[in-house]
Amino acid sequence: MPTYVNPNKCDGCGKCVDICPSDIMRLSNSIFSGRKAYNVEPNYCWECYSCVKECPQHAIDMRGYADFAPLDHKLTVLRDKETNEVRWKLKYRDGSKNEFAFPIRTTTWGSIPSPQSQKTPTNEQFDSQLLSHEPEYLKTDRGLVTAKR
Amino acid sequence: MKTKFVDSDVLIIGGGMAGCGAAYEARYWGRNLKIVIAEKGQIERSGAVAMGLSAINCYMGMRWNENTPEDFVKYVRNDLMGLIREDLVFDIARHVDSTVHLFEEWGLPIVYDEQTKRYKREGRWQILIHGESYKPIVAEAATKAATEVYNRVMITHLLADAEDNNKIAGAAGIGVRDGAFYVFRAKAVIVAAGGATHVFRPRSVGEGAGRTWYSPWSTGSAYALLIAAGAEMTQMENKLVVTRFKDGYGPVGAWFLALKATASNAYGEDYELKYREEQRALYGNYVDAKPFPTCLRNDAMLREIKAGRSPIFIHTEKVLDTREKEELGHEDFLDMTMSQTIVWASQNIDPKKRPSELQPSEPYIMGSHATCSGAWASGPTDLSSGEYVWGYNRMTTVRGLFGAGDTIGGSAHKFSSGSFTEGRLAGKAAVAYIVEGATDKKPLIAPGKVESVRDEIFAPMETYKLGRNMITRGTVSPFYLYPDQGVVRLEKIMDEYVGGWGSYYTTNEVLLNRGLELLGMLNEDLAHLGAENLHQLQRAWELRHRVLTAEAVLRHTLYRKETRWPGYCYRSDFPGVDDKNWHVFVNSRRDPKTGDWSLFTRPYVQLVGVEGT
Ligand SMILES: Cc1cc2nc3c(=O)[nH]c(=O)nc-3n(C[C@H](O)[C@H](O)[C@H](O)COP(=O)(O)OP(=O)(O)OC[C@H]3O[C@@H](n4cnc5c(N)ncnc54)[C@H](O)[C@@H]3O)c2cc1C
Ligand code: SF4
Ligand code: SF4
Repeated sequence: MPTYVNPNKCDGCGKCVDICPSDIMRLSNSIFSGRKAYNVEPNYCWECYSCVKECPQHAIDMRGYADFAPLDHKLTVLRDKETNEVRWKLKYRDGSKNEFAFPIRTTTWGSIPSPQSQKTPTNEQFDSQLLSHEPEYLKTDRGLVTAKR
Repeated sequence: MKTKFVDSDVLIIGGGMAGCGAAYEARYWGRNLKIVIAEKGQIERSGAVAMGLSAINCYMGMRWNENTPEDFVKYVRNDLMGLIREDLVFDIARHVDSTVHLFEEWGLPIVYDEQTKRYKREGRWQILIHGESYKPIVAEAATKAATEVYNRVMITHLLADAEDNNKIAGAAGIGVRDGAFYVFRAKAVIVAAGGATHVFRPRSVGEGAGRTWYSPWSTGSAYALLIAAGAEMTQMENKLVVTRFKDGYGPVGAWFLALKATASNAYGEDYELKYREEQRALYGNYVDAKPFPTCLRNDAMLREIKAGRSPIFIHTEKVLDTREKEELGHEDFLDMTMSQTIVWASQNIDPKKRPSELQPSEPYIMGSHATCSGAWASGPTDLSSGEYVWGYNRMTTVRGLFGAGDTIGGSAHKFSSGSFTEGRLAGKAAVAYIVEGATDKKPLIAPGKVESVRDEIFAPMETYKLGRNMITRGTVSPFYLYPDQGVVRLEKIMDEYVGGWGSYYTTNEVLLNRGLELLGMLNEDLAHLGAENLHQLQRAWELRHRVLTAEAVLRHTLYRKETRWPGYCYRSDFPGVDDKNWHVFVNSRRDPKTGDWSLFTRPYVQLVGVEGT
C-alpha cells in the first residue's frame, strides 16, 4: 500500500527507515508485537523498491497503487551484493509468471578510488578548463574542445 | 532544541547526481578543503535516480567519432525550439564522456554492442546500462570525496553574508531525525537539490499520488532556495510534460529508440504527420527540425486526443519478437520504473501480446531533461561572452553561490551524466573561487539572523501545538493547515490556472492573473501551516519550496507573450511562436528584502552555426 510489511518476518532493524528517499517507513512499537516497520504515508511512496531491496528479512512487499492496479499481482526482488546480480520475479493477475536477472556492478563494493588518491594536479591544469582525469578520460585525440566564438 | 553549527569551505546542498559530481571534483582540486554534503534523504538512494536507470541519456562517443559537442548543441537547440544557453550546453557535451568513462571504471555495467565493440546505443545520444545500482555506485565515490555527509538534513534557507547581501555565507535546515536546527557556514555553496513535482495536479489520485514520473521527493528546493536568496532565474515557464506509459509512467525511450516501437491512435492509425501544416502555421520552421522536437510530438498527440481518437497506443506487441528484446523491454522498467511492470502484471497486459496506453503527464519543473528551468548561471570563460559570463563557471548571480543539474537553467538534455558533469564543473569552480582569495574572511552571518531563521523554521510545530487543543480531533481545523492540504490547494490552482493537464496545458492572461491572486492567498495561509512532528515539518517546508517555485513558474508564464513550447504549455491569447519578439530568455529576480519580483529578458546568443554555415 504501496509497500507493506509482513509482521512475522520484520525484526524491527530499521534499515528500511534509514534508506527510504521519501522518509515514509516508520517503526511502530507495540507491547504486543514489538518493533515493526510500516509505511506511514503510502501516497508519497514512489514504489522505488529501495526499502524492499534493503530489508535483510525480506519482510517488505509491494501491492500496486489501489487507484489503478487491480489485486493479485506480485513483483518481488532479490538484490545480491556478493554476486552483483538483481533478480526479479513477476506474477500476473491471471497467474502467469516471468523472471529476469540483471548485473548491477562490475567491481567490488567499496573499491572506488577516492579523488584524493589521484596525483595532485598542477597549477596549469587548475587554471585550464580541464576537469579531473581530463584530457585522458575523454579518450579522444581532439582533447578538450572549445568553440569558435 | 539543539542548534548545530557546521563550518566548511564548500557546502553542497543535495547529494543526487549533480551533488555527487560536485563533491568528487571539489575534492580532486581542493585536497585540503572541508567539503560537506547536506542531503535530505540518505545519499545511497536519494534523488531521482533512487530506483536506478536503464540508460545514460547524454553521451557523445567522441572516442569513436560518433558525435561532437557541436552536433549536440544543434540537437538540443532544435528540441528546445531555438532557445538554449549554447555555451552551457556545449560545456556539458565536451566533458560528459569523461564522466561516463569514470562511471564505467567505478563499476557501472555499460552494455556493449558485440559487433562494433562500442557502447550499445539506444539512440543517437543514449547508451544502455544495467543501472539498478547507478546511484549507490556514484554515492560511494561522493562519500569518499566529502569530508562529511549529513543525511536527513533538509535545507530550508540560504544565508547571506552579513556585510554583503549578494554574497553567500551558508545555509540552515532541519535535522529530520535528530530534530536539531542546523546552521552551515561555508565560503562557497553549491545547490544541487533537484527538480519539482507536485506543483501541478498529478494524474494519479489517492494512494497513487506518489506515482509521478519524476520523483515525489523532488520538491523544488533548488529553485526556492535560490529565489529566496535573490538569484536570477531563467526559463521557469519552460515546464516539462512527458509522454509516458499511462498510470505506471514507464519511460518510452528504449521502446521508441532501441526497440523501434510505434505509436498509433485508437484505430491503429499513425497520427504524427497529420498535423504538420497546422503546426507550421503556428510554430513556423521548427516543425522541420530533425528529430522532431519533443514538445511538438506532445502537441500532435494532444491534437489527436482532443479530436476524440484516444487512447494513444504504443505497440510493444509488434516488436517483442525475441527473448532478448523481451528482456530489454522489461529491464527498462525494472531498472527505473517498477510501477509500470506492476501495472502490466495487475492488469494482465503481456507486452508481447497487447499494446499499452500512452498519456502526457502533468507538468514538472526541471533543468536537466527536455526542458531547462533554473538559475541563470555564468558560463565558462572560453565559451561564454557578454551577459553570459561574470565570474566563475556555474556561479549564479549571488557571489559564491553555485548550482548544477536540475538547478541550472538554459541547459537542457543533461540527464544523469550531464548533471553529474555539471556538478563537476561547479565543484572545480567553487574551489577556484575559494582558492583565488575571493574569500579569505570567515563567512559572517548577521547577529540575530540565526535565531530568526530558527523560529521561522520551527513555527509550524508551535502552530500545531496551540491549535490542536482547540478542536476535539480529526484533520479539520480553522487554526492550521496540514502540509498535505496545502499541496492539494497548490496543485489545483496550478492545474486550473497555469495550464495543467486538466486544462489541456492551456492558459491565458486572465486565468494567470486570477491564479496569481489565489496563489497569493495560499502564500499568506502558509503562515498557518501546522506540523504534528518532524516529518510533517519537513513536508511543510517542502510545500513552501513548491509554492515559491510555482510563483516563479506563473510569473514567467505570464511574462512570455507567445507559445514557445506547445505541448508543454499553451498561451491561448498568444497561440504561436513569435521569434521576432520572444526569441529571448525570460528572467526574473525576487528582491529578498521586499519580496518584489522583477521580470526582464536576456538575449539569446548563438555559438554554434546552423547546418551549412
Ligand atoms: C523515471 C526517470 C527516468 C529517467 N531516465 C533517465 C535515463 O534513462 N537516463 C538519464 O541519463 N537520465 C534519466 N533521468 C533523469 C535523471 O535522473 C536526472 O536528470 C538527474 O537525476 C538530475 O540530477 P540532480 O542532481 O539535479 O537531481 P537529483 O538526482 O534528483 O538530486 C537532488 C538531490 O537533492 C536532495 N534534496 C532536495 N531538496 C533538498 C533540500 N532542501 N535539502 C537537502 N537536500 C535536498 C534530494 O534528496 C536529492 O538527493 C530519469 C529520471 C527519472 C525520474
Ligand atoms: S528493514 Fe525489514 S526487518 Fe528491518 S525494520 Fe524494515 S521491514 Fe523490518
Ligand atoms: S518503495 Fe521507496 S518510497 Fe516506497 S517506502 Fe520503500 S523506499 Fe520508500
